[in-house]
Amino acid sequence: MKIKKLPKKLLFQNTEILDPVKRTNKKGNILLVNGKIAELGIFESPSDIKSIDCNGLTLTHGFCDLHVHFREPGNEDKETLESGSRAALAGGFTRVCTMPNTNPPIDSPESVSYIIEKSKDCPIYVHPIGAVTKGQQGIEISEMGLMNEMGAVAFSDDGLPIQNGLVMRKALEYSTMLGVPIINHAEDDCLRCDGVMNEGIISTRLGLPGNPNMAESTMVYRDLKLAEMTGARLHVPHVSTATSVEHIKLMKNNNNNITAEVTPHHLFFNDESLVNYDTNLKVAPPIRNDISRKAMVKGILEGVIDCIATDHAPHTLHDKETTFDLAAFGMIGLESCFGIVKRVLVDNEGLSLINFVELLTTAPRKIMGFNCDLLKVGTEAELVLFDPNEKWIFNNKNVFSKSINSPFYGQKLVGKIKYTISKGYISEIS
Amino acid sequence: MNNNVQIMNSKDISQKLIRISHEIIENHTDIGNVVILGIHNRGVPIADRIKELIFDITNINLPIGSLDITFHRDDFRGRLSMPEIRGTDIHFSLDDKVVILVDDVLYSGRTIRAALDEINSFGRPSIVRLAVLVDRGHRELPIRADFVGKNIPTHSGEHVEVHLEETDGKEGVFLVKENN
Amino acid sequence: MLSHKHLLGLENFPREDIQNIIDTAFNFREVLDRPIKKVPSLQGVTVVNLFFENSTRTRISFELAQKRLSADTVNFSASTSSLKKGEGFKDTAQNIEAMKIDAVVMRHPAPGAPKHLTEFIDAKVINAGDGTHEHPTQAILDMMSLQEKFGEIKDLNVAIVGDIDHSRVARSNIFGLVTMGANVTLCGPPNLIPDTITDLGVTVNYNIDEVVEWADAINVLRIQRERMGIGLIPSEREYRKLFGITGERIGRNKKEIVIMHPGPINRGVEIDSGVADSDQAIILDQVLNGVASRMSILYLLLGAKDGGMK
Repeated sequence: MKIKKLPKKLLFQNTEILDPVKRTNKKGNILLVNGKIAELGIFESPSDIKSIDCNGLTLTHGFCDLHVHFREPGNEDKETLESGSRAALAGGFTRVCTMPNTNPPIDSPESVSYIIEKSKDCPIYVHPIGAVTKGQQGIEISEMGLMNEMGAVAFSDDGLPIQNGLVMRKALEYSTMLGVPIINHAEDDCLRCDGVMNEGIISTRLGLPGNPNMAESTMVYRDLKLAEMTGARLHVPHVSTATSVEHIKLMKNNNNNITAEVTPHHLFFNDESLVNYDTNLKVAPPIRNDISRKAMVKGILEGVIDCIATDHAPHTLHDKETTFDLAAFGMIGLESCFGIVKRVLVDNEGLSLINFVELLTTAPRKIMGFNCDLLKVGTEAELVLFDPNEKWIFNNKNVFSKSINSPFYGQKLVGKIKYTISKGYISEIS
Repeated sequence: MNNNVQIMNSKDISQKLIRISHEIIENHTDIGNVVILGIHNRGVPIADRIKELIFDITNINLPIGSLDITFHRDDFRGRLSMPEIRGTDIHFSLDDKVVILVDDVLYSGRTIRAALDEINSFGRPSIVRLAVLVDRGHRELPIRADFVGKNIPTHSGEHVEVHLEETDGKEGVFLVKENN
Repeated sequence: MLSHKHLLGLENFPREDIQNIIDTAFNFREVLDRPIKKVPSLQGVTVVNLFFENSTRTRISFELAQKRLSADTVNFSASTSSLKKGEGFKDTAQNIEAMKIDAVVMRHPAPGAPKHLTEFIDAKVINAGDGTHEHPTQAILDMMSLQEKFGEIKDLNVAIVGDIDHSRVARSNIFGLVTMGANVTLCGPPNLIPDTITDLGVTVNYNIDEVVEWADAINVLRIQRERMGIGLIPSEREYRKLFGITGERIGRNKKEIVIMHPGPINRGVEIDSGVADSDQAIILDQVLNGVASRMSILYLLLGAKDGGMK
């Protein structure tokens, strides 16, 4: 992958311009001057400037991922803000929200500041999510007001559930004056117990302790009802069970403050894939059975689930190359996201390209209040160019994260990221 | 049947107060040391008039204050209702002063006793004198007035009503027989 | 004359009675300005100060009020452990009454305790604070201070800022101010303001700057760390940033708003030192009005044969 500063003037010629806001997909040109969109649509291509022939390519908003783990500070061996940015660019992402379960966790305005300052040098936009409770201990709520002021866009103890219902309630109430969502990793600690994969026939066969659907759905229900009671904004991360989707659908009937995301792996895999004890498939919440998987697909197609988020969770070989029970939870996902999700939703389910792109662009941005209208003259260029028809096989050369814990190697995909443009840089993904 | 006999009219009241004012001046050569305290309710306007009359005669403005004796009453806890409080207003020390207490009617003497009690909270006067418009007798305590407008002897079943322009809109002193 | 035998709280307390207490309290302010600050009105009356919760200020204020009225005063500071030792609430109360007393001023950590007390004794009961329920004498002195400053409470814009949920000062002030016709807005962390509170006739606004602009007077509540279980307020500096009555916030306003605080003050947390010591703060006046208000309440409840009842 080559990351270069954008030339003063750059022309993308003859590209399909997919605008998820206007819902159009038309051929045209885009001229960038000084990193901003100077012209777009059908216009006479100036001849004396650098240009890229985009025949066969589609240009759209850079993707936005609400849920990544960049491991800095504390676990820079797994990932850093810099390497995570490269992984993001490779996947077509120009904007991410980082989870606070670093070491130390991001639970103070000073640590939020640290992320903001450090990511100024990154070629993508990084928004820190602050911890809900101090030290992510789940007891005392953190200085959300001061953190929000410093740039935290939402609050989550992700990695850990907010097990205590009173703490969740008080946190939701407190957040109402800030207007930002609380994101709770909904897994009841008690019901989950020591489960390492979905509880079902596969876990029985494999002899691995199971994590039942209810560990998630009961807590999702609790969170939804508390959000309703307090009037707060709730974003449900990495939904994995059909019952959770049902609860969310019902609550959304008369509550605009609820949103939800799903990961590529929960759309793609079911627990039968775990028969070989592949630790790269060990995630939290676990990969469920195919009934659940189908419910996730249906959920996102129907709009009950609002967007895709990768839950990009890098781990070192040391953490993954061990027995299943001891392996760390999580997989990387930024680089494979586009191809994998396209295969499930567009190629298999027939979702239109525009609707698919929305799930990676306007939908997540709307949840966080980021500017959604990126194909406007005068805006900073935050774009991605992909070939919707290129066939390729995902392998470790496509990974730019510091970690390589992915279960997608060898998957045949249709649709590849070619260029990602953001913050005055253009990355060519080879 | 109510018997309402008018004992004094407006002119009578005026004459009495003029005489009292002269008597006060006669009795206190060092008039500059004198202060006047009217006892609420009707003692206050009477005190005001006396102060004005003394000014007319001597061209001296005596300090004047008002006393609300409600908190010092000795019958306070025995009453069935709360008397209306109008408030005490004394802006000067009473130490070594000659205090002229002024009230409309002197009867049992208990009001004056309460006033003497209250005065103590404001200092130690050198002399306290009492001026009343009407003395109707029937003292229950050893208290006497130094300056009296008119003595009106009463029996039980009778009381004296004083009406003043300032408080009642008309002037007059009446002997009222109560209906039993 | 008051329409209730006791003063347990300001909820449903008639407007005329509140006004009567405040007006009479101004008369007692005058007594407190005299060289000899004593009147004999409650001579022979015995009042017991029954304090089950630590409180120096309120108890001293009540004691002074009682003594200035020439009443006899007895102090009983029970720690809750002496209650645990076995002598129940009812026994304590009845033992005290057996010694022929006229009134009890009680502070207790349990909401409803003074009401409970009235079921066991004949004496008059004055609530000096029952847990997180009410603190009516505080609200009365607060309203007296507002009347002193503004002439009238009706239509005044009064803001109460802080941990509303755990504040008996807030509750009594809400009941009293709404009865007297003031406009009341509450401000504070959303997780410390019960959402049903608007049923009491107040509005809620979490934006302190808007509230400061709107208010004629602000009653700043103390951040009570001892009442918070799970850290409901993340930190003092966060509270100060979001809700602190700071010099900058007050300075931005053209209007000179009146600042009140029930005390004791956490300087630099809910209120800046500069603001607490400024001319706009009437905190020390509140203290003096506290003695006068309590004199008024004792006088109106205990004076007159049937204890003030019609």
